[in-house]
Amino acid sequence: MNEQRAARSVEAVFREDRGRLLALLAARFGDLDLAEETASEAIEAALQRWPVDGVPDKPLAWLLTTARRKAIDRIRRDRAYAERLAILQVESDRAAPVVPAEAGFDDIPDERLQLFFTCCHPALSAEAQTALTLRFLAGLTTPEVARAFLVPTATMAQRIVRAKRKIRGARIPFRVPGPDELPARLPGVLRVVYLVFTEGYAASSGTDLLRPDLADEAIRLARILHRLLPREREVTGLLALLLLTDARRAARIDAAGGQVLLEDQDRALWDVDRIAEGRRLVVPALTGPGVGPYAVQAAIAALHDEATAFETTDWPQIVALYDVLLQIEPSPLVALNRAVALAMRDGPEAGLVVLDELTGAEELRGYHLLPAARADLLRRLGRSTEAAAAYRAALDLVGNEPERATLARRLRELTDP
Amino acid sequence: MKYLLLINTLSPDSTEERPAEGPTVEDFMAFDKAVSDAGVKLDGNALDITTATTVHVRVNGERVVTDGPFAETREIVGGYYLIDVPDLDAALDWAARCPGARFGTVEVRTVWEPVQP
Repeated sequence: MNEQRAARSVEAVFREDRGRLLALLAARFGDLDLAEETASEAIEAALQRWPVDGVPDKPLAWLLTTARRKAIDRIRRDRAYAERLAILQVESDRAAPVVPAEAGFDDIPDERLQLFFTCCHPALSAEAQTALTLRFLAGLTTPEVARAFLVPTATMAQRIVRAKRKIRGARIPFRVPGPDELPARLPGVLRVVYLVFTEGYAASSGTDLLRPDLADEAIRLARILHRLLPREREVTGLLALLLLTDARRAARIDAAGGQVLLEDQDRALWDVDRIAEGRRLVVPALTGPGVGPYAVQAAIAALHDEATAFETTDWPQIVALYDVLLQIEPSPLVALNRAVALAMRDGPEAGLVVLDELTGAEELRGYHLLPAARADLLRRLGRSTEAAAAYRAALDLVGNEPERATLARRLRELTDP
Repeated sequence: MKYLLLINTLSPDSTEERPAEGPTVEDFMAFDKAVSDAGVKLDGNALDITTATTVHVRVNGERVVTDGPFAETREIVGGYYLIDVPDLDAALDWAARCPGARFGTVEVRTVWEPVQP
């Protein structure tokens, strides 16, 4: 009984604050491997001791102290480690227990922000950045990260090892960039969180449209960032965007896992709490000069969420916001979304003109949503033959099964009414 | 930690258009002064990019000497700095300040240091 309770406590602490424990150890010792190994050893020790001694009042502080003691033991024992740390110029106070075992949860510094910036350092490949963030901050295991990327576990393990080696070898520092560097570095961190979310929102391949686990992790990561950087408006904007987009999750698939398009969704299934929370965050994200792309996208998502029906959506306002977004982030992808909104405001013909201009864009090559959007507008204009050709083009490019089924259904409706 | 900054510029044989407003000698002298004054420069110099010669020894011992860098090389190392700074971010800051980074690229490499026995 006691053993079970102890095991559950270890699990709870580790699940909730594994990232924090790792971040603290990595910041103290400047070494992700040492942080990981000693964190695991501390967990093992807890699983042995807590059933006998009882669960300590401050489990995280206990784990931290234990892990740090094990790290110091290892440094003393292991010459190679000692020398590496000497090279890293670890100050003596780093190795000393700065957090007393009786410290409360809030007394322990939260070093996760440093770890975010290390994992998302631009000197690492985009894939490595996402993998490290999921591994060390979201707390996913290597097999779980591999599943998220749909690559074999061995491949992912190799990728993580290589990234860790670069962090150590090139000496990528564990630090939060100063105010002068933050504007250049923060977008990289936000992009990684956003990429995790978009993969959860519409999987790039596979049988499921949604990957709720990834969407949840992205929201959790955005919440952590927001807590650590409450005054960074783009962080607030990103969290708002994720909440306002994720609010529609339950309505986006039917009982069979099939895709339900925005116009057909049962809006009663939308998550009102997420919408309310997201809307509260949009306001500070949008207020003031120099508004950022995530805040604008969040405002667009808010307009969709506020509409009681697809038809009554404030399309003019959405087009206006896309115009703002195009100004700050000129990309064919934004232009594509704007064209779809424009078609809702001014009719399919107007949207089609813009979409046709985008057809040559390098960035959209291989992206199924461009022909899919064209197909939809052509269908609404009654140009069935062209619409069918566009649906076929989209079907050639689409990655996940539910989206494929939606496109195939539309194509069938056209060719065999 | 020692980092080598490799300043890459367009190879002399490259058909690619050179920017009209290339970095000036004064730009490089100012950078050299900054990196020296900061006390991080261990070594550094410009390299003559017109005299590059490449040597490759074949398996059978034959020595193959060719004019220029490897064929197809679009860029050639035009200069280097060896600096000693605490971490990669500091090295990247210096690399970004190097005039070579504005018209070509500056590759930042760590110098391998063996662990003392």
